[in-house]
Amino acid sequence: MALLSMQEILDRSHESGKPFWEIVLEDDMEERQVTRETSMAKMLSVWQAMKDASDSYTGRRRSVSGLVGGEGMKMRQYNMRHDSLSGGYIGDVIAEALSMGESNACMCRIVAAPTAGACGVLPAVLLPLNKYEEVSQHQILEALYVASGIGAVIAYKGSIAGAAGGCQAEIGTASAMAAGALVALRGGSGEQICHAVAMNIANLMGLVCDPIAGLVEVPCVKRNVIGAMNAVSCADMALAGCESQVPVDEVIDAMDEVGRRMPVEFRETALGGLAATPTGRAVKAKMEELRLKNT
Amino acid sequence: MDIFDILGPVMVGPSSSHTAGAVRIGLMARTLLGTEPVRANIHLHGSFAETGMGHGTDKALVAGLLGMKPDDLRIPNSFEVAQEQGFAFHFDTRELRDAHPNTAMICVYDKNDKRLEIQASSLGGGRIKVNKIDGIAVDFSGDYNTLVIRNLDYYSSEAAVTTILNQFRINIANMSMWRQKRGGESLMIIETDQHVSPQQVEFIGTLPGVVAITYYDKEDKDDGSTVDAGNP
Repeated sequence: MALLSMQEILDRSHESGKPFWEIVLEDDMEERQVTRETSMAKMLSVWQAMKDASDSYTGRRRSVSGLVGGEGMKMRQYNMRHDSLSGGYIGDVIAEALSMGESNACMCRIVAAPTAGACGVLPAVLLPLNKYEEVSQHQILEALYVASGIGAVIAYKGSIAGAAGGCQAEIGTASAMAAGALVALRGGSGEQICHAVAMNIANLMGLVCDPIAGLVEVPCVKRNVIGAMNAVSCADMALAGCESQVPVDEVIDAMDEVGRRMPVEFRETALGGLAATPTGRAVKAKMEELRLKNT
Repeated sequence: MDIFDILGPVMVGPSSSHTAGAVRIGLMARTLLGTEPVRANIHLHGSFAETGMGHGTDKALVAGLLGMKPDDLRIPNSFEVAQEQGFAFHFDTRELRDAHPNTAMICVYDKNDKRLEIQASSLGGGRIKVNKIDGIAVDFSGDYNTLVIRNLDYYSSEAAVTTILNQFRINIANMSMWRQKRGGESLMIIETDQHVSPQQVEFIGTLPGVVAITYYDKEDKDDGSTVDAGNP
C-alpha cells in the first residue's frame, strides 16, 4: 500500500503505536518486498552518499556556463570569521546548501532529494547537526525515512518536477521533507511533523521555476538556501507548538493547484522570470553560440 | 515510484532528466546491442538539443554507451574515456515527430557493423522510456528486467518463450508485441519480476521462431529489492 496522504501515515502510526518513520519503513518493505535490514542498509548508503558529496566539495569546480562555483567556499570562509549575522548552525546550513547545489551544477556526485536541482536542502540541515549536538546514525536514518515519506506523499498528491509544478515542487518539496526530518530528529510528534510540513509548503507556495538558459544553476543553487532556511524555521515553530491553521493534506492540494495553474513560462521552460531578464537572455545567447561552435 | 526515487538516485549532476536519464538511455542502447559498441551516431531532439550541452547530456549519453552508470564519476570526462577506448561518436540535432522533449535517437554499431537503432526519452527523476527499436514502436522503461526478443511472425511462436519462462519460474510483469507486417519479424518485449540468467537467455535464444534475443538486467540487483526465490 502506497503512502497516499499525510493523514494516512498519522492514522497508521496511531493505530499501530509505531512512530512516523517506521510506517514509512514498513511501507518500503512492503512496496519493494525487502527485509527491514535491506531497506535500512539502502537508506544508510543514501546517507553515506550525501556525506561523501559534502566531503568532496573543494569550491574549485565551475559549471559549464561558468555561472556557478566557489560560493559555498566563500560562505565557509565567512563563517570561520565568527561574525556572521546568522552564526553557528544556521551559517553552516547556508554553506552546506550552497556547496551541494554547486556540486550538482558542476557534475559532481550528489543524491537527488527529491530532485538534483534541490539536492542541497535536506543534507544541508542534517549534515551540520553533528557539530552542535549528539546525533546517532539511527536517528539520522529515522529522519531520512520521515523525509522520504513526506516526499512520497507530495509526489503522489501533486508533483515534484519543476516542469510540472514550478520550483515550489522541487525546492518546496525538499524544504518540506527537511522540516519533517528535523522535527523527527528532535523527538517531535507525528502531528508536529505535519504542522511543520504544512507551514513549510505554505511559505514557499507559488515559487516559480525560471532557470537561466534552462540550466540547473541560477537561481537553483541559491534557492537551496531558502529551502533549508525555511525548513529550520518551520521545524522550530512546530517544536515550539505553533500550528498550521490549514491541515497539511489540504496545503499539499493547494500547492498542486497552484502548480497546475502556473503559466508555462514559469515551469522550467526558461521563458519567464530571471531567465527572461536581459542578463538571462544574454547568457542563453552565449550558450547557444558555444553549442553551435561545438556541433 | 518508491521512496528511493524520492531520496535518490545517487547521481552525477546537474539534472536527473538531462544527465542521469541520458546515461541510462546510453546504457540501454549498449545493452540492447548486446556486444561491445565501437561507434555511434547520436541525434538529439527538443530540450536535449537545446539545453543538452549545458546539462552534460552529450557526455552522459556517451558515458552510458561506454557502460557507465548514472553515479560514475568519470561521466564529465566521458569524451576522453571514449577516445582512450577507441569509441567514436557523432552528435547532431534532429526534429523527431511526436517525441517527448527529452528524446535521443542513437544508432550504435559493434566492430562487425552489427547495428541497433534506439529512440528513448528521459521522463524525469532519472526514469526513461524506450520508444522505438530499429524503427518499431515499443514502450518499456528499464524499471524491470527486460527481454527483447525478435521472433518470426507465425503460429504464435511467442508461446514457446512464455512456456519456458513459466518452467524457469520467472514471472512476467508486463508484455507486449509489435510486428511490422504479417509473416515478417515481430518484436516482443517481456518485463519480468525475476532476473534471467545468461544461460536462460541463451536457451530462450535457441527456441523455434526466435531470431534474436537481448536482455536488459535492471540495475540495483545487489540491493535485494527483487524477489528472486523462484529463480535460484
